[in-house]
Amino acid sequence: MAEQAAAAARTSPTASIAAAVTPAVTPAVTPAVRGPHRVAPIMGTVISIDVRDPGIPESVVDAMLARLEEIEARFSTYRSGSEISRIARGELAEADASAEVRFVLGMCDDLHRTTDGWFDARGHRADGRLDPSGLVKGWAVEEAALLLDEAGARNYSCNCGGDVIARGEPEPGRPWRVGIRHPDRADAVARVLAVRDLAVATSGAYERGEHIRDPRTGKAPTGLLSVTVVGPSLTWADVYATTAFAMGEAGPAWVATHPGYGALAITTDQRLAWTPLVEPLLA
Amino acid sequence: MPKRGAIALAFTTLALVLLFAFKTPDVTPIAAGRNTALVHPAASSAATSGSAAAPLSAASPAANATPRAGAPTPRAATPTATAAPATGSGGTALANGTVAGPVVQTRFGPVQVQVTIAGGKISDVTALQLPSDRQRSAEISGIVGPMLQSEALAAQSAQIDLISGATYTSDAYAQSLQSALDQAAHG
Repeated sequence: MAEQAAAAARTSPTASIAAAVTPAVTPAVTPAVRGPHRVAPIMGTVISIDVRDPGIPESVVDAMLARLEEIEARFSTYRSGSEISRIARGELAEADASAEVRFVLGMCDDLHRTTDGWFDARGHRADGRLDPSGLVKGWAVEEAALLLDEAGARNYSCNCGGDVIARGEPEPGRPWRVGIRHPDRADAVARVLAVRDLAVATSGAYERGEHIRDPRTGKAPTGLLSVTVVGPSLTWADVYATTAFAMGEAGPAWVATHPGYGALAITTDQRLAWTPLVEPLLA
Repeated sequence: MPKRGAIALAFTTLALVLLFAFKTPDVTPIAAGRNTALVHPAASSAATSGSAAAPLSAASPAANATPRAGAPTPRAATPTATAAPATGSGGTALANGTVAGPVVQTRFGPVQVQVTIAGGKISDVTALQLPSDRQRSAEISGIVGPMLQSEALAAQSAQIDLISGATYTSDAYAQSLQSALDQAAHG
């Protein structure tokens, strides 16, 4: 039966998930019992914003998307006019960049030190160009989510290309259930984490080719198919996931050295391994 | 008794082989228990071809670059490969039945295997006991979970709100589970 269900999910994920997620009874209450739910393309991927607090206006989500667009315009390595592209071409001195760009590049340099070279915004590309993307995405989503906090939202989720902020609860008394994508199958999850007020970020080799490499050897990491990091900040969860994935088998234990952060790894032999902090989150 | 000796040697060999092969995709969890694992001959067939040095090399991370487990075929038993050590030295046919081997102490903990013999050949090998703490995975994280479900957990039954995964492109989003969840929420 489980196999049949799995097969059904495989052939028709949308239908089966809709059946599971859509309430069986349409709420009779006419006013919006939830806040805005928006899906928008940003930074080469898609962000899903799902506010569960009623009374949060759509304009807050508009402001979030505008903020994300502003960040992308500054930091994109794909836009020739971005500050990062201009710095990379030598047209803009870092000292003359905007405060925000200097702040982010400063964080990247700190990380380069604290990760002992594993996180490298300046030398990880084949062409050696400046690329702080490994930090920018998580940080950008966190910046945008601040606008929701300021508007009084306490229960919402933001999922930007698989990097998640899960704030509060989706419904009173229930944690957010975050599926960790199966490394071999886009339509399946390997495990579910039940979280409240946590960020969840995953690094793996199965999607857009993040070109994560060991900075010492230049080789692709071995031993792990993906690393998921949970913790209070999406910026750091994202960075730690990227770094831990590059480290390979030593990565998860390294994540655990950061207070408040834990890792769930899927190994190349399809085993799950997690650090103690993750244990109570396993649904 | 050469025959008994051969069988004992076979058990020891199999135990070692299983120990170092138990991380392969053919290890199938039963009821998601931490310490329950079945190991099938297919898991050990690759390792049996090695010499006495095999366990050492298998234990090193580099040698563990096992082929990706994309196609878990739990029942693809190839008993002929594992039967070789048992029949090779004695040449006498083994009696049909199921025999539990001795507990072999290894540096990772005790290992015991059970061998099923049919038609004079080993038809199945089961691990009765494996080290509860799988050393290499323990080194990775401190806590070792059951193997990834061979049938991936379906979102349908898992009541999922969100999906975390490696960054997908805008195009890939359309095919993603997150997309399905978003559509469902929009009803």
